[in-house]
Amino acid sequence: MTTRGWIEIAAFVLVMVVLVRPLGRYLWHVFERERPPAVRALGWLERALLRGGGLVDARGQSAREYGGAVLAFGFVGVIVTHALLRLQSLLPPDPGHAAVPPLLAFDTAVSFTTNTNWQAYAGESTMSYGAQMLALTWQNFVSAATGFGVMLAFARGLTRRADDDATVGNFWVDLVRALVYVLLPLSLAFALVLVSQGVIQCFAPPLQLATLEPGTQTIALGPVASQEAIKLIGVNGGGFFNANSAHPFENPTPLSDFLQCVAILLLPAALTHTYGCMTGNPRQGWVLLVAMTLLLLAGVAAVYAAEAAGNPAAALPGVAAGPNLEGKEVRFGLAGSALFATITTDASCGAVNGMHDSFTPLGGLVLLLDIMLGEVVFGGVGVGLVGMLVLALLTVFVAGLMVGRTPEYLGKKIEPREMKLAMLYLLTVPLVLLVLAAIAAVGPWGTAPLGNAGPHGLSEILYAYASASGNNGSAFAGLAADTPFYDLTLALAMLVGRFALVVPVLAIAASMRRKTPVPPGPGTLPTDGGSFLAVLLAVVLVVGALTFFPVLCLGPIVEHFTVAAGRFF
Amino acid sequence: MAAAPPPALFDRAIVRAAARDALRKLAPRTMMRNPVMFVVELGSATTTAVLVRDAIARPAAMAPLWFTATIAVWLWFTVLFANFAEALAEGRGKAQAASLRGARRDTSARRLHADGEERVPATALRRGDRVVVEAGEIIPSDGEIELGIASVDESAITGESAPVIRESGGDRSAVTGGTRVLSDRIVVRVTAEPGASFLDRMIALVEGSARRKTPNEIALHILLVGLTIVFLLACVTLVPFAHYAGIELSITVVVALLVCLIPTTIGGLLSAIGIAGMDRLLQKHVLAMSGRAVEAAGDIDTLLLDKTGTITVGNRMATAFVPAPGIAMARLIAAAQLASGADETPEGRSIVVLARQHPGGDAPAPAPAPAHAVDAWVPFTAQTRMSGCDVDGRALRKGAVDAVASHVAKLGGSLPAAVAEAAASIGDAGGTPLCVSDGATVLGLVRLEDVVKPGIAERFARFRAIGVRTVMITGDNPRTAAAIARQAGVDDFVAEATPERKLEFIRREQALGKLVAMTGDGTNDAPALAQADVGVAMNSGTQAAKEAGNMIDLDSNPTKLLEVVEVGKQLLMTRGALTTFSLANDVAKYFAILPAIFVAVYGEIAPLDLMRLSTPYSAIVSSVVFNALVIVGLIPLALRGVRYRPRSAAAQLRRALLLYGVGGLIVPFVGIKAIDVVVAALLPT
Repeated sequence: MTTRGWIEIAAFVLVMVVLVRPLGRYLWHVFERERPPAVRALGWLERALLRGGGLVDARGQSAREYGGAVLAFGFVGVIVTHALLRLQSLLPPDPGHAAVPPLLAFDTAVSFTTNTNWQAYAGESTMSYGAQMLALTWQNFVSAATGFGVMLAFARGLTRRADDDATVGNFWVDLVRALVYVLLPLSLAFALVLVSQGVIQCFAPPLQLATLEPGTQTIALGPVASQEAIKLIGVNGGGFFNANSAHPFENPTPLSDFLQCVAILLLPAALTHTYGCMTGNPRQGWVLLVAMTLLLLAGVAAVYAAEAAGNPAAALPGVAAGPNLEGKEVRFGLAGSALFATITTDASCGAVNGMHDSFTPLGGLVLLLDIMLGEVVFGGVGVGLVGMLVLALLTVFVAGLMVGRTPEYLGKKIEPREMKLAMLYLLTVPLVLLVLAAIAAVGPWGTAPLGNAGPHGLSEILYAYASASGNNGSAFAGLAADTPFYDLTLALAMLVGRFALVVPVLAIAASMRRKTPVPPGPGTLPTDGGSFLAVLLAVVLVVGALTFFPVLCLGPIVEHFTVAAGRFF
Repeated sequence: MAAAPPPALFDRAIVRAAARDALRKLAPRTMMRNPVMFVVELGSATTTAVLVRDAIARPAAMAPLWFTATIAVWLWFTVLFANFAEALAEGRGKAQAASLRGARRDTSARRLHADGEERVPATALRRGDRVVVEAGEIIPSDGEIELGIASVDESAITGESAPVIRESGGDRSAVTGGTRVLSDRIVVRVTAEPGASFLDRMIALVEGSARRKTPNEIALHILLVGLTIVFLLACVTLVPFAHYAGIELSITVVVALLVCLIPTTIGGLLSAIGIAGMDRLLQKHVLAMSGRAVEAAGDIDTLLLDKTGTITVGNRMATAFVPAPGIAMARLIAAAQLASGADETPEGRSIVVLARQHPGGDAPAPAPAPAHAVDAWVPFTAQTRMSGCDVDGRALRKGAVDAVASHVAKLGGSLPAAVAEAAASIGDAGGTPLCVSDGATVLGLVRLEDVVKPGIAERFARFRAIGVRTVMITGDNPRTAAAIARQAGVDDFVAEATPERKLEFIRREQALGKLVAMTGDGTNDAPALAQADVGVAMNSGTQAAKEAGNMIDLDSNPTKLLEVVEVGKQLLMTRGALTTFSLANDVAKYFAILPAIFVAVYGEIAPLDLMRLSTPYSAIVSSVVFNALVIVGLIPLALRGVRYRPRSAAAQLRRALLLYGVGGLIVPFVGIKAIDVVVAALLPT
């Protein structure tokens, strides 16, 4: 570990936190107030899109209608994306590519619709430019915009006062506004910045070059910058190239790397402030931001320390000591890799600038745990914050009891119904993750595609299902995941991790929406202070870690000890 | 009941009965009501089955029999300990119910019908029947007095030995079955169906048979069941994961791990906590009709209190004499005392008392009234609004200022301006002026004031400390009300209150999302009591009030609500504390059990065994034993409740976190290690 490395990490946190307030306020104005004057010029686009969808004066929707719209939009999204991938031979600007095989197309359609961007394919060899731009980049935009919608509906349910119409906004309006006022302008600007750093943007076919030793080399090209920007800003993570952000055309310089880190956490971090504004008390948002930032920093520090300490086998005779650089880009260094890896697993992004499979067992453990915490440490756009808020409800429940009041959040009582839905939410991901991983662990359908035997193989399986159910999309790349078994089970995990969670979330929004908030008194548990923060952190860690500790013992934890003792599998 | 002190925490007879009940509660149908402990029971049964199989079939790859047997036994103990805690809480309630039951004797009733009366057993009485009760007889059922007045010994219900007066009409007409008429004869209209009388309901509530889970208890149960499912998933899927690693986990080990992880501590003690909460209320002589009300009491934002009898002693008292210009103090005092000689109202008596206490003035203390030759007493009437007497030919009168003013005007006198001013300023200060006259001369004023009960301001300060706003309700005019409110230290007041205004006030507070508590005793309080989230009816009040409220205060002490609020908060805090403790315990158990079950194949993970437990078998046994013993160890806390002190929510949270969160992390490390030392010493090597 170096001072320079720590400065880089500190600079990142500083930049991220400084951007939270202005951007968070901007988002609040876009979705809940008057559009800021600077972007009113885009009003025609919003109106045109809404009119095109037949929504001239969109009325508010109940949580049930809102949820129905989210699910319907997702369902249509999977079908359309699947069809586009199957028909990529017809797509402009470069028709003629072979169709994506059906199972892989389905897996990929689900993957991009659910904002997971799990890639069981290599972009440069499987996808045409047309498929990348029309099918995948399109989903990068709308799946992130859907995340906004879910968060907004949930936050409106929590914060709006009980009244007769009980609406939580209109999904189509939120979707269009997220696209027009947030994702498109940010992506456009960020794409230009990336191009300035050397990210390519062209429709030229791959270059065929003669190498110094006699032979030819193919250098893949394409419209990268346009997909790269939304890949990070939308917390999607699906790379244009197989090597993702480790590829020099996706992420050429240390500065572009730094900016990509910022881009990933930009919206998830800012939304905490947006939420704070919605509650009328920005401190409610700051508490969540501090909780997320502390967990992020703990993760970065742990990964950085583990990678700097290097291979645990280094103590053995004949093994070179030193930091673990396997699978990392020297352009970014240890700190840059540790930071990117932690950010991408905390936020459910899944872009990578190094190979997580090659991290030390303990470094890999932290990355796995980041995902297993439920993608609530920033998490995906909107949905990460929702996950954190569900855990906040749980926290309020336990902490509220301890101060002798029936629990309430933002003045609204948490009753059996909300508890049931919150538990349903929290059970869903462990259920699919553990059950599917267990099925994969016991037969050749799961173990044959593994790149490693022993504990590391188990880590690969766990990581795949954690990544899919957490809608992360990064991989312990040792797993050759394009098999029917993995395509189907991972698609199932991705669908559950996205859409099965929307149902309890919006049901909580519906029932909280109907409650009259109790004004806070001296006996009320404050949810914007240090004590609450401490309990929230404990709940996040306990719920995540206790659930997965046994199986993590058999994976990365055992691996650490056996490697250190010189036993390999 | 109220007369008998609460039984000791571990009363021998109760413990013995509870131990029997703990076994009886093993019936799956009963256990299923508590899913967490039901899982433990299933685990115990499974482990027992494994033990039997191993003992008979002796499969090749079996754990040592002593190990399986020990685990099985301690798993059963875990269930039994939880049942025992519940049975103990119920037992303590039952002991109190037994003394109540003594009051419910097999009485016969004298039922009235068209031609006279007939003797029927009390159990045959229906709502609407009319019965006669005479001195020495037990009132056969709850009812309203239709005719007559009687003194009634209610000690069976309240523990208060002084008899109370009950009479038809008004707010003192309700009688309770099981109480005894000491004098006179009354006709009572029965208001309760058989088996549904106050006493019956009380016994059922105390015994816990009528107990339903409260909303918060249900929500907590959902949390616990959710956690149980999470751990069930973690443990069950561990079998295939271990299989991948070449480890075959035995059923015994998986069950042991599962039971250690699921929140058995809080799951086992949850219902005991609830029952004990009702019990503690009863020890404070408050009868809660539902656990929901007790929970709500912990959340109260606003408390409505009737002024009269609650904040002030029942009546106004004379507190000062104000002579008119040119009149000696002594003359005023003497006249006031004489004029009140026949006034038996509390106000009248208070004037006499004040006159006797008065430190002189410039004349010797006036002689007692009988020394004068009173010609005639003039009683108070609604028309004259004065009373007094004619003595030695003088007409002494006292009464409302305007009434006396017109009285002296008729005799040719007039009210001095200074007296009128003084009267106005007394009114402004919240008092009531009485004017005293001698013939046509106005002698001066007597100031009557509401006297705030001693210590009441401190009680209200405590309410404020726990976040409850106190609101006084009074029929007085706003000026008087404001003065008394200031004196008593309430936060707000509602003046010129009618039943409708009370109701409206409660609805308005509730519309703001506040929880409102109200104490009352009169029939006109009933709508407000019913509307309030927590309605505490005084036992001395009417049947209507008692029916409308969801708690009854047997001592009829309106500030009892403070204790009720504290019990409600204590109940929730105990649940929160044990939930936190239970979850925090899991960390240590992981570090005990997981290395033990993986170490056979992955010997390298030994460093994870932080406690350095003697053997893998001992590690698992110690964890299971600790898990069972901790339930027993926490029974006293569950029954007594965590101690409540008014402090800010944030301070309370910090304290509880430190105590039960951090404590819950550390205690099992120490406990499991200690048990391991003992187990290792006992182990067959």
